[in-house]
Amino acid sequence: MASSQPSNSLTPESSDRIESPEIGVLGWLRWIWRQLTSMRTALLLLLLLAVAAVPGSIYPQRSADPNGVTSFFQGNPGLAKVLDAMQLFDVYSSSWFSAIYILLFVSLIGCVVPRTFAHYKALRSEPVALPTRLSRFPGYRKITSDASGKHVISKAEAALRSRGYRVVVRQGSVSAEKGYLRETGNLMFHVALIGVLITAGIGGGLSYNGQRVLVEGETFVDNLSSYDSFNPGVFFKESQLQPYAVTLNKFEAIFDLKNPTNIGTPLDFRAHVTTRLTPNSAPQASVIRVNEPLQAPGANVYLTGNGYAPVLTFRDPDGQISFSGPVEFLPQDANYTSLGVVKLPDAKTQFGVLAFFYPTQQKLTTGAFTSSFPGLVDPLISMNIYVGNLGLNDGSPQNVFQLQIHGLKKVAGPKAPNKAVQLTLHETKTLPAGLGSVTFDGIKRYASLDVAYNPTEGWVLFFALLALASLATSLSVPRRRVWVRKFEGGFEVAALARNDDPNLGKLVDEIVQEIAPKKSSRKATK
Amino acid sequence: MNSVDLNLPLSRLSLVFIFAAMAVYTVSFLIFAWNLAQASSSKMAERAKATQSEKWGFGLFATAAAIHGAGVIMRGISAGRVPWANMYEFSISGSFIVVLIYLLSIRVRDIRVIASFVNAFVLLVLGSATTIFYVQVKTLMPALQSYWLVIHVTVAVLATAFFNIAAALSVAYLLRGSAWVENSKLKAIGIVRRVLSVFPKMEQLERLQNRFNSIGLLLWSFTLIAGAIWAERAWHRFWGWDTKEVWTFIIWTLYAGYFHATTTRGWTGKRAAWLSLVGFSAVIFNFTIVNLFFKGLHVYSGLK
Repeated sequence: MASSQPSNSLTPESSDRIESPEIGVLGWLRWIWRQLTSMRTALLLLLLLAVAAVPGSIYPQRSADPNGVTSFFQGNPGLAKVLDAMQLFDVYSSSWFSAIYILLFVSLIGCVVPRTFAHYKALRSEPVALPTRLSRFPGYRKITSDASGKHVISKAEAALRSRGYRVVVRQGSVSAEKGYLRETGNLMFHVALIGVLITAGIGGGLSYNGQRVLVEGETFVDNLSSYDSFNPGVFFKESQLQPYAVTLNKFEAIFDLKNPTNIGTPLDFRAHVTTRLTPNSAPQASVIRVNEPLQAPGANVYLTGNGYAPVLTFRDPDGQISFSGPVEFLPQDANYTSLGVVKLPDAKTQFGVLAFFYPTQQKLTTGAFTSSFPGLVDPLISMNIYVGNLGLNDGSPQNVFQLQIHGLKKVAGPKAPNKAVQLTLHETKTLPAGLGSVTFDGIKRYASLDVAYNPTEGWVLFFALLALASLATSLSVPRRRVWVRKFEGGFEVAALARNDDPNLGKLVDEIVQEIAPKKSSRKATK
Repeated sequence: MNSVDLNLPLSRLSLVFIFAAMAVYTVSFLIFAWNLAQASSSKMAERAKATQSEKWGFGLFATAAAIHGAGVIMRGISAGRVPWANMYEFSISGSFIVVLIYLLSIRVRDIRVIASFVNAFVLLVLGSATTIFYVQVKTLMPALQSYWLVIHVTVAVLATAFFNIAAALSVAYLLRGSAWVENSKLKAIGIVRRVLSVFPKMEQLERLQNRFNSIGLLLWSFTLIAGAIWAERAWHRFWGWDTKEVWTFIIWTLYAGYFHATTTRGWTGKRAAWLSLVGFSAVIFNFTIVNLFFKGLHVYSGLK
């Protein structure tokens, strides 16, 4: 990301460089040395950064996939500890990844600053003097002509000026340069990248995002306690949250039933919500869709997931209700075979339920169930039941979607004394081991909502687009030098480009044509 | 959307067209290969024959491209949307764009000599698309229902096409500059050497590789930015180090490294050409291994 060559040296020409009086040979050597080292370092750091980014795509990252990290720890606790010590679950905020990109940006700044001065100087100085031997340049024409010296020079000057060249006339010769924008673009590109880094960094500090699972009929009010999880930036203040309210009236999931190859593919998800932007404002109806977030005060509300929340009621043997309400089930496959957990710490005998929900049940030949369609055609719940201390009394936080079965006694389900408890809609069943009964009252849907705020997004985009435009400029503007020299009985034209420039020869021909248009009076040799 | 009609017969016809295009591509590839062998001959008569056969090769290549393009369009019509929503569709559309960009580029720069490389690559892509990646025509999942699918993916396909042609030029460059190829006494390598003698000069190959990579990098940068804008709409954040985002970043960084190499003393030439190939390998890796085996939000292969 650091520099490319110094702006003025189109080729390693020693003659026109050492002439610069103010820096001197030693200064130049030092400058070149610094330039070379930073270039090579920058290149090395870039490659290192690319390699360092790889492990973050191999191991689950806490930022992108916290559940993946949890299950990695459960699957390979020993390896997980080692990887965690090496920050491999937080690659992009790790000290080693940060070290590489900070070094890279230091090298970038160390390179861009002197180059900016050099470029500024180049913009103000005259085009370089005529090299002694023009014939060594790729675009070279020697023309025999009887035109006068004055004519050749003035014509050449006019031809080059009309093409936007900066021209200087020295005795019997013309030197011209064009394409300073190339270096300007290159420098701007690097500055814009610094802009991206800084604005994205500030944004990370000021931003927040939170997740909330909202079941049909529930209302979310924007304050910290409403979130299931919340990730604030370092500068976040709770006062940033504004108490707007979002009620999920209905969640609509449309699955294809018509096209044979496409059965069950989701066509649309729509969260029909009512919002109140302030506690006193009038309620407004709106729809949140996957690519269409809701604009709430100070934040956007995104639809990022959905699922079923069967409504269950558990009763103790004496008929007292120990739990009643919707239970959010996590979909496990495209047909919404879902997994849910109910913990009953308030039942006569403490127990937990690990349940599977099949919106459209299908019995496999093995006897197990699966879901064959994501919509509600023939729903079924199958429960495995575990008795014992759920560990909720000591107040330590637990994942509501996970049941710690370690230390619990399985009383219903595979490899247990009783079969799994299976319920269809509106059915009530007695639980084994004297645990009471359970009723499958109904099915609601839920929406997973993400609330996110990032004030610098617009700035990051601005700098990213600036970087893109500058890069385009720097890669497309040709950097050219043209020289014209008059000699006795003719003149010569030479041109030099820094990059792939197939039109250079054409340019030289045009200039020759403009200086001495009459074909008869001249003879060109390439 | 509430309902969609997929046109299954048309999608089957599209597949027939893709197979037909593969057949014609195979013939044009054979002609290109034969043509290279002829062109490297010292006999004037055979060289002349080569020029004639090259015309035939390009004629067939363009015909294959037309059939290929028709297949891609039919797939799009049968699905009622852009034909790049899963790996199969991305492969057939992407390889068509490679051919299109290549055929258009020939009018601007003489890169006829890599025709057999490009042809072979396209055949390989279509071969894997029809065998490994093939899925029946499906509707767009809600996450993909956005006009950004058109912008973001189109530009990604274009970028891939330019990187691809550049990579072919890098291979040519490295083969031409290889001392081993130069000095080997093996007969087979002797043939390679003669074939390489008709290739453009090293400097020419290097410049062309540079040009194609620079357009590729610009398009890739745009892909990255467009992806970030879309991610902000769909996933609440413009950047979250999702596996696909990580690889987009890695590819961008590798090509940035490539461009630094082209102006760093000791890194120009062969090392830069190797970096260009490393970059393109990352593009292929991103499209195949990352799509199929890595966990992330970009789960669009459509394969089970």
